[in-house]
Amino acid sequence: MGVVALFVFLLLHLSPGDPATVIAGDYATPEDIARIRAQLGLDQPLYIQFTPWVGQLLHGDLGVSIFSNLPVSQLIGQRIAPTLSLAFFTLSIAIFVAVPLGMLAAWKSGSWIDRGVMAFSVLGFSTPVFVLGYALIYFFSLKLNFFPVQGYVSISEGLWPFVHRLVLPSITLSVIFIALFARITRASVMEILEEDYIRTARAKGLSNRTILLRHALRNAAVPIITVIGIGFALLIGGVVVTESVFNIPGLGRLTVDAVLRRDYPVIQGIILVFSATYVLVNLIIDILYVALDPRIRF
Amino acid sequence: MAILDNKPITTPVIREAVFAVLLFLWVSAPVTAETTLKMVAHADLKNIDPIWTTAYITRNHGYMVYDTLFALDENLEPTPQMVDSYSISNDGLTYTFTLREKLYWHNGTPVTSRDCIASLKRWGARDGMGQKLMDMTASLEPLDQTTFSLTLREPYGLVLESLGKISSNVPFMMPEHIALTDPFKQIPETIGSGPFKFLKSEWIPGVKVVYVKNENYVPRKESPSYAAGGKIAKVDRVEWLYIPDAATAMNALIAGEIDLFEAPPIDLLPIMEATPNVTVQDLNPLGVQGWVRLNHLYPPFNHPDARRAMLWLIDQTHYLQAIIGNPEYYRTCPAFFGCGTPLESDVGATPLMQQDIEKARNLFETAGYDGSPVVLLQSTDIPILNGAALVTAQLLREAGIQVELQAMDWSTLTSRRAVTDPPDQGGWNIFLTWWGSADVLNPIMNIGVSGGCRDKAWFGWPCDEQIEQLRDDFARATEPSMQRDLAEQVQKRAYELVTYASFGEFKTPVAFRDEIKGLLVSPVYPFLWNVEKQSQQ
Repeated sequence: MGVVALFVFLLLHLSPGDPATVIAGDYATPEDIARIRAQLGLDQPLYIQFTPWVGQLLHGDLGVSIFSNLPVSQLIGQRIAPTLSLAFFTLSIAIFVAVPLGMLAAWKSGSWIDRGVMAFSVLGFSTPVFVLGYALIYFFSLKLNFFPVQGYVSISEGLWPFVHRLVLPSITLSVIFIALFARITRASVMEILEEDYIRTARAKGLSNRTILLRHALRNAAVPIITVIGIGFALLIGGVVVTESVFNIPGLGRLTVDAVLRRDYPVIQGIILVFSATYVLVNLIIDILYVALDPRIRF
Repeated sequence: MAILDNKPITTPVIREAVFAVLLFLWVSAPVTAETTLKMVAHADLKNIDPIWTTAYITRNHGYMVYDTLFALDENLEPTPQMVDSYSISNDGLTYTFTLREKLYWHNGTPVTSRDCIASLKRWGARDGMGQKLMDMTASLEPLDQTTFSLTLREPYGLVLESLGKISSNVPFMMPEHIALTDPFKQIPETIGSGPFKFLKSEWIPGVKVVYVKNENYVPRKESPSYAAGGKIAKVDRVEWLYIPDAATAMNALIAGEIDLFEAPPIDLLPIMEATPNVTVQDLNPLGVQGWVRLNHLYPPFNHPDARRAMLWLIDQTHYLQAIIGNPEYYRTCPAFFGCGTPLESDVGATPLMQQDIEKARNLFETAGYDGSPVVLLQSTDIPILNGAALVTAQLLREAGIQVELQAMDWSTLTSRRAVTDPPDQGGWNIFLTWWGSADVLNPIMNIGVSGGCRDKAWFGWPCDEQIEQLRDDFARATEPSMQRDLAEQVQKRAYELVTYASFGEFKTPVAFRDEIKGLLVSPVYPFLWNVEKQSQQ
């Protein structure tokens, strides 16, 4: 995390763009810009700017946005619930659909079912999320009036409004994850189905259901869990397009807005949050490895 | 009585009871039902101090929350707003202002002359027109709780025009304790005296801004007219939503999830125009002026002939067709101070309005153009400016100029344009921008005609004593005829220098649901007082 903090700080401060010129506006004179830079401390050498920032970090303070003057932690806090909600719904749909599909494709390898699942998978990978998003909005919101076009409602305002607004964005996002998870599941399960112990299980007369769920899926779960973990980490910060199309006020949009404005404290804070998320997700995946496969030791 | 008498309830009694209940509900509904106006604003409100930043979105926030001493009406005349009466001494040096009665801040305290003086001083430290006014001001003194005087060092013709400045930075009035904040620091809280109150607790940057009606606001009696007149809040709550994707905002408008879309892209207008219950309307009578800004410090545009070549090169219609397309939303305009304004003029505009690429080519040669690439900054995230940059590059190439288009986002461009180094060392030769015509109404407001060199001129740094003298003379002129004459002289000189070249004027209409009534026409828009939201039939 320390390396990330240093790297992010340097990268931002050495990249082109200056928040002082954005703040100063169109009428600004060079003197105005210099005064704003001084107020923000941007005229100081990098190490002098870095030291207090690290000091604040160690006290759990991510600083204050240059533009809104609000604490970065508050800005991030406002965006976490929509992001986590979207990630949760998306992954739930994706896992619920993709894992059975992948298993079915592996079980019926070479059949029309397998080819159908793979074709869907290619289609899912190839369809840009904004195209799918707009198509869903057109049919389900504008034509059928089943779902709202855009927006996010907190769960505190009611379970149904909360779920109602997350359905379309979650389906949109889940398609690509369904494609990914289904392929991984299929490949992993097919590999497992070739193992001797599966042949033994069949010889023992175990039902297909038992073989698939208890023996094949459990042993194929490690790569699937890995991809799901990566998917979760991606969903935390990398779904700007979906957030924009459905106007979900998530962390991805906060990141892009902050970058466009050169709001250094916000960008630094978000990237640290993303880094922490990646570390946490990796840790959870590692723990799950051990739970799923007792042969794995760290 | 029927129950007490233990008699059956008769049909007429039931009918009367039902009628009474329905009548009660009908009568009470308008009183209790809260009307919420939902608008997709043109940008995200990132900060809330309209003196600290010139951003239009913050200016519009200012109009919701704050009030002004004077305001511009539809005749482009500054008229009293918070001021009840004012007088000017015979020598024209002392202005005395008396505030209206019943002016209160949102925290309930009365507005005083000390508040106004502190607000004017803070604005005068940041705004160009404000700085000019403060330079001319000998003193600003409170005379009593609601009266104060402004004494000038010498006659100045733009006192009321400055106080009624309609666009950024607008001299909004704030309580003294807030207005004493360093002008280069953001104000810590928002307390205005305007028709709406800002709910900071519900503000989520990048998502929404919420205002509620200021029940204690006492509007002027006059009808609303641009920023002047009675500001009557007719909805209880206003939500500005930030929807970054224009297609999503359009779909939300069509579905009735929002009421007003402030800045729909031109290419989406036909869809909305064809949608039942949605109206597309141009609220800005003056429009927006596009600029091709040249760097006067370095070749080739340090030579007047190269700059004049740009005038012969530009064909405004060509630009406007490329970036806007629909002639309903653009017009060619030769006037530096806007078309449809009191100072509109076509003096000196012949080269701009008659494209002659061959002549431009010859002028570049006369200027000694040596074949070095001209660095053109291209802001790819703003479609209109991106398109205008591409048109400029193509025209330059047709005139035999090597062009280096440097693509970047607008934020990077705002940093790059401030760099005074040579173009091959991080500087630039050309960039494109636009200004609302409300920002360029006269030679003082229009920062693009300044010839104040590196210290005072806008990016591009034209340097010319004559134009600066003419601008000063304009500021001191107190007669409208003299002001007009001087404005024409400024324009003539600006064309000779080519401080910038306009690529025309264009409009950015708003789209709204038919339930919305009373939107005001103004060069600064949308003003949300006077706006009603009628219930759907």
